[in-house]
Amino acid sequence: MSAPMFDVAVVGGGVMGATTALMLARGGLRTVILDRGPLCREASGVNAGTLTLHMTRASLIPYAVRGHELWLSADQWLGRGVAAVSTEGLSLAFTPAEEEMLHARAAARREYGAPIEIVPASRARAVEPGLSDQVRLAAYCPIDGFASSYLTGRAYREALVEAGAVVREGAAVIGVDSGDGGFSLRIAGAEPVRARRLVLAGGVWLEEMLGWLGLRIPVKCLINQLVVTERLRPVMRTVLSVANGLLSLKQFANGTVLIGGGWQGIGDPKRGGVQTIPENLIGNTRLARWVIPALAETRVARIWLGLEAETADAMPMIGAVPGVPDAFVIGSVHSGYTSGPYMGRLLADLILGREPERPLFDPSRLLEPQAAPALT
Amino acid sequence: MSGAYDLIVLGAGPAGVGAAVTARSHGLSVLVVDENETTGGQVYRATPQAFATRADAPANPDKKEGAGQRQSLLASGAAVAFRHSVWQVSPGYRVDAVGQGGPVHWSAPAVIAATGTTERVVPFPGWTLPGVIGLAAATILLKSQQMLPGRRPVIAGCGPLLAAVAVAVLDGGGKPAAVLDLSGPGDWLAALPALASRPDLALRGLGWVVRLKAAGVPVHFRTGIAAVRETADGLAVTPCRVDADRRPLPDGAGQDIETDCVAVGHGLTPGTEITRLLRARHRFDAALGGWVAEHDADFRTSLPGLYVAGDGAGISGAAAAHLQGQLAGLAVARDLGRLGADAHETAAAPVRKRLAAAQRFGRAMARLMALRPAHAASVAPDTVVCRCEDVTRGEIDEAVAAGARDVNQLKAWTRCGMGPCQGRMCGETAASLVAEAVGSRGAAGLWTGRAPLRPVPMDLLTGDFTYADIPLPKAAPL
Ligand SMILES: Cc1cc2nc3c(=O)[nH]c(=O)nc-3n(C[C@H](O)[C@H](O)[C@H](O)COP(=O)(O)OP(=O)(O)OC[C@H]3O[C@@H](n4cnc5c(N)ncnc54)[C@H](O)[C@@H]3O)c2cc1C
Ligand SMILES: Cc1cc2nc3c(=O)[nH]c(=O)nc-3n(C[C@H](O)[C@H](O)[C@H](O)COP(=O)(O)OP(=O)(O)OC[C@H]3O[C@@H](n4cnc5c(N)ncnc54)[C@H](O)[C@@H]3O)c2cc1C
Repeated sequence: MSAPMFDVAVVGGGVMGATTALMLARGGLRTVILDRGPLCREASGVNAGTLTLHMTRASLIPYAVRGHELWLSADQWLGRGVAAVSTEGLSLAFTPAEEEMLHARAAARREYGAPIEIVPASRARAVEPGLSDQVRLAAYCPIDGFASSYLTGRAYREALVEAGAVVREGAAVIGVDSGDGGFSLRIAGAEPVRARRLVLAGGVWLEEMLGWLGLRIPVKCLINQLVVTERLRPVMRTVLSVANGLLSLKQFANGTVLIGGGWQGIGDPKRGGVQTIPENLIGNTRLARWVIPALAETRVARIWLGLEAETADAMPMIGAVPGVPDAFVIGSVHSGYTSGPYMGRLLADLILGREPERPLFDPSRLLEPQAAPALT
Repeated sequence: MSGAYDLIVLGAGPAGVGAAVTARSHGLSVLVVDENETTGGQVYRATPQAFATRADAPANPDKKEGAGQRQSLLASGAAVAFRHSVWQVSPGYRVDAVGQGGPVHWSAPAVIAATGTTERVVPFPGWTLPGVIGLAAATILLKSQQMLPGRRPVIAGCGPLLAAVAVAVLDGGGKPAAVLDLSGPGDWLAALPALASRPDLALRGLGWVVRLKAAGVPVHFRTGIAAVRETADGLAVTPCRVDADRRPLPDGAGQDIETDCVAVGHGLTPGTEITRLLRARHRFDAALGGWVAEHDADFRTSLPGLYVAGDGAGISGAAAAHLQGQLAGLAVARDLGRLGADAHETAAAPVRKRLAAAQRFGRAMARLMALRPAHAASVAPDTVVCRCEDVTRGEIDEAVAAGARDVNQLKAWTRCGMGPCQGRMCGETAASLVAEAVGSRGAAGLWTGRAPLRPVPMDLLTGDFTYADIPLPKAAPL
């Protein structure tokens, strides 16, 4: 008996792949989703969970606003939530140069629909009484929030199983062959999986995955550091960031405070995130303490590194794989956790033959010139 | 304080001191770091300087050994950084720590991790009540603070610390209400041949048993704790008979024992935080206490320049720890080219021989303390396993049933192990429960190693600074 032919195989079970697979399964396709590890344990399960517009690339704001709504209603469409909380957000300036940056960035984001206004420090402190008295100026946004990203895998796993998708965790795809009117996915230590359509959703591993199809699209790998403190009395209630985007700060209901902002550690797609750079840890925590002085009272409980993908132009690639019929790709979305549930829907719509509500992000602009598709 | 050395030894217990003194004797520049006030580690824990020792305190061979080791480290000329908590070790190697003066770091081509162990407690109803403390933890009170954990404590669990603590309580003027030993006399008899390798220690143990008997302390074998509850004037312990696998017997519950303190410990787990952080290879060996870094006969790990020694390399006791440290120190001297192959062999051979004997004894004790899966499996559904995050056995089972296949996935789904103890308290029980479902502890995996090795106070980590002292990277894209 030959292996069953799925309508679609999704490779990579982060928020991009898992949402796409969920919507395809609900759309009636026989769907299999494969991840070499558990679902959502890479970027999608270790990210800062900030659902903010202050740090989103300006032109992605409309997508992020939809993503924000979706996370807040996740218990309805996903079944199980990710402890998403809606709150206000402040982005801060401590120097004249940062004030200028704050104005420029707020204006750019406003153009794409973010309801951000510039407010004096006194207003910022009224919103967030624990703020440092060094703040010179702030940008205020009523739409902000955060989730607990480590809950993502459990929520998606249950929803996918419920929707009838086949979930293959611990299944590392090592290559793709074409033929028989579809794709045959080679799996390490297991039988191949066959499907008519293919979705590549491999986060920072997308460069390698696109290579399976003979395409070369460079994907940069950022090694983002996150720091969480021990529980602490309530010291803040909003999501805080700084003008240059190098801080994200929030306090969860349990009292722990998460400190992020994209400070870098050491690692790569092969080894994962391997080492914290002490100067970057100290820099990141100093910045956090500068913003909320009461953080001096607590202790750092844990530091980790997550891998975030970025294309050459720092814009997403979502759409059909150029030159390979029935193959699609989704990933490299800046602030991709926020918009993930929406981006996955858009791609699923394209695959299901519906008109996506908003434009996708054609990967062909990123092709290295010498590349020639191996599959036809 | 910062600087470069040939070797940095992490931990100043018997293993760390053995390593540092040996490496110094071959001319290496050595730094020893420990968060304690001085050397001694867990076993030779020093009494604070300000404490006077009672004139009538009984002679104690541990005190003598500890003082000797302290002296030898002082005389060796090794640099020391006490009261410094190491929070990260980076490849190459760089060691980051915080002390009262703020963040510091040092570097060396070789690091010996001699960081000892953590006590394991398999949860039971009431284990988080005030007055219920660890068995090894009780030795800290007794040794360092010279305090009784209670006047009439119940002493429960397994291994040689039971008798050691009970006798120390007698010495201090208290009287244990009972000793509850999960092992049976047969288990102790089975250990006898190995005990013969250290007649001094075997005799000391026998002396303890005689003392307890003479003092009329009830000792119950094959007995664990079913539950502890609060009473008007203290605690009540319900003992429970167990089978050879430490599974409670269905009608094994006994009469409640009134007490003022419960000191309970179910063995020791090697501290692998540093070797996990650096991604050295590990293997699971229940008899050694759990996961250990793979190492060769000279205590080299799978990573060049990284060595382990002492209980952190597998539970084998204080005497073995000291000798393992010496072997690791010799290996570093050889690997850094300060000791030729022949000279190394000559120096190592007698130490290896003594280690073999010490290890036989220590490992027999470690086997008595090894976690039995049936014991972990007996935890009741509503008992809290992760006390930092209040995760019950039932919630763990639910996550495993929903598809959590390894300890890290379990952690993400339930927060088990995410709290300030960083999984040291719940890790063994949680992993044992996952292993039941996935087949083995190997398959259930081990917590990913992460910095900080210990929680780091934000004020010490960040130190004194102004905005200009923050090295801001390039702004994020707009
Ligand atoms: C530390 C950090 C903090 C962040 N903070 C935020 C934030 O606060 N807000 C926000 O909106 N965004 C944030 N992001 C960005 C966001 O997390 C990502 O954009 C998003 O999660 C990417 O999802 P993904 O599905 O594309 O990738 P991933 O989640 O990385 O998923 C890729 C999956 O592919 C699997 N895979 C790889 N190779 C194979 C193979 N050969 N076979 C099978 N499976 C394979 C991997 O195991 C993985 O599960 C952060 C990112 C990081 C790293
Ligand atoms: C609480 C406790 C009590 C014990 N009591 C006894 C006893 O009474 N008798 C007995 O025979 N055995 C006892 N043991 C067993 C003990 O582990 C061994 O006998 C022996 O101490 C092992 O020596 P070692 O050098 O390997 O480790 P240890 O003696 O544990 O020394 C390790 C040292 O490393 C330091 N360290 C660890 N991590 C860091 C860090 N991140 N930064 C800075 N310093 C660090 C610690 O402070 C400690 O001083 C006890 C174990 C524990 C956990």
